[in-house]
Amino acid sequence: MTERLFTLAVWMSAALVAVVLVWVIGDLVRLGIPHLSLDFLFAAPRDAGRNGGIGPILVSTVLIIGVTLTAALPLGLMAAVWLAEFTTRGHALGKAIRLSLDVMAGVPSIVFGLFGNAFFSIYLGMGFSILSGGLTLACMILPVFIRTCEVGLAAVTDTWRQGAAALGMTRTAAIWHVLLPAASPAIAAGMVLGIGRATAETAALIFTSGYVDRMPESLWDSGRSLAVHIYDLSMNISGGDTAADAAALVLITLIVLFNMLAQWLSDRWLHRRLVA
Amino acid sequence: MTNYSESPYTLGSIDEAVACCAPKPQLKVRALSVSYGDRRVLETVSMDIYRGCITALIGPSGCGKTSLLTSINRLTDMLPSARVEGSVCFEGQEILDTTVDTLRLRRRIGMIFQKPNPFPISIRRNLELPLREHGVRKRSERASRAEQALRDVGLWEEVKERLDSSALSLSGGQQQRLCIARALVLEPEILLMDEPCSALDPISSAVVEELILRLRGRYTIVIVTHNLAQAKRVANYAGFFWMTERVGKLIEFGQCQRLFDTPAHALTQAYVDGVRG
Repeated sequence: MTERLFTLAVWMSAALVAVVLVWVIGDLVRLGIPHLSLDFLFAAPRDAGRNGGIGPILVSTVLIIGVTLTAALPLGLMAAVWLAEFTTRGHALGKAIRLSLDVMAGVPSIVFGLFGNAFFSIYLGMGFSILSGGLTLACMILPVFIRTCEVGLAAVTDTWRQGAAALGMTRTAAIWHVLLPAASPAIAAGMVLGIGRATAETAALIFTSGYVDRMPESLWDSGRSLAVHIYDLSMNISGGDTAADAAALVLITLIVLFNMLAQWLSDRWLHRRLVA
Repeated sequence: MTNYSESPYTLGSIDEAVACCAPKPQLKVRALSVSYGDRRVLETVSMDIYRGCITALIGPSGCGKTSLLTSINRLTDMLPSARVEGSVCFEGQEILDTTVDTLRLRRRIGMIFQKPNPFPISIRRNLELPLREHGVRKRSERASRAEQALRDVGLWEEVKERLDSSALSLSGGQQQRLCIARALVLEPEILLMDEPCSALDPISSAVVEELILRLRGRYTIVIVTHNLAQAKRVANYAGFFWMTERVGKLIEFGQCQRLFDTPAHALTQAYVDGVRG
């Protein structure tokens, strides 16, 4: 009897989760599709976004994510390598950094937004700009990215480290040619998580990259990201709901595409490292 | 039986290998002790390793044989808690000296591990990566040295069609021979082998054992093995280790045949007779 109840509960929970997801996506597709057109993707928003399209907003979004990844990927990988390869168990500084990363991973994004506004926008004088927003997002996704990469590196078997050392290879060579490629699935996973979070972020961007919906001319311009645009349309603009639905559909498609691209890049990178 | 005339090996037949009639010590181990933290695993070992010969280290698990090997190529440096005392002299140079260039040392003293550990990259890159790291810039030279190493371990015919596929797609025995080739490609003088056959099936094990015999004379080999029959078959010299009061010690060292036939020590006698251990 308990066995059956438990089985039923497990099935029901899984079904419930699936139904919610299907519902959300179904709703977006149903409401968004009629508003969606090539024109919508490329045109500038008119009438506070009720009409027109999301062209400049798409460009801003891509630029923001670009800045984020350019800053977060090298920094995150290096930090992960340091944590995984250069600190031994019980290393005091390593422990402190791990702890602070774990705390930072749980900090609400609005706090990152305020920090980014204070540090990048005001203190470093970047103002409301795509640069400032992208860097703020980089700070936000770094903790999770670093820890994912570190765990991936730590999971790489020690026999390869020993093998490389026994061949008289430097630690740099071992990390670059053997350990990082071996950990690349974890690195890709961290990247996908980060891109997902960054693309969906609003709170951290409102105070940093701002919400100017013109086409940005440089990274120093303010730019409105897609998520901010959706938030604005649905919360502040009466009659903006259909445009919001269409934009949300674009956002979800974009996230899926970003993830596929990350997967593809990491596979290619892995393949090249492993075979060529 | 293996037909040696059609053998893929290029090292020559086993019989042509140099016998050790006039042994010259290449490594002189003196009063070597190894500890991990507070725990001493090996105490005051002294022995000579002779050039071109195979020296087998036998004895039960945990009596410090592997620690002796990793002290010789300074792999103990990777463990912060490891402390090595005493002296290991390699052609007049003190290996344990902190100023020794360990990268160069490890190029001259290669190591084969118990579990085959080819890198998760292609067969070709497994061999060319160490060469590139040691400054072989010319691609053609890397390729020809890789081919020679693969021929030396009898793997060339088996893999020449798929040099670009992953090394992990090879069987266990092939992987171990690839690891030996990867060590040989750097043209080392000494090979340290830590139970190189114990993770392999009997047939692969026999192939690797035959390969080790072919390497005799060209390389100095120190092999840790739990397989007494194998030690008897391949080794010129043997050292018997035993644990007394939880510390590993070298009980007896000498010519392999002598050690097995007329051991000087009662513990050795008991161990080779299979009474203990």
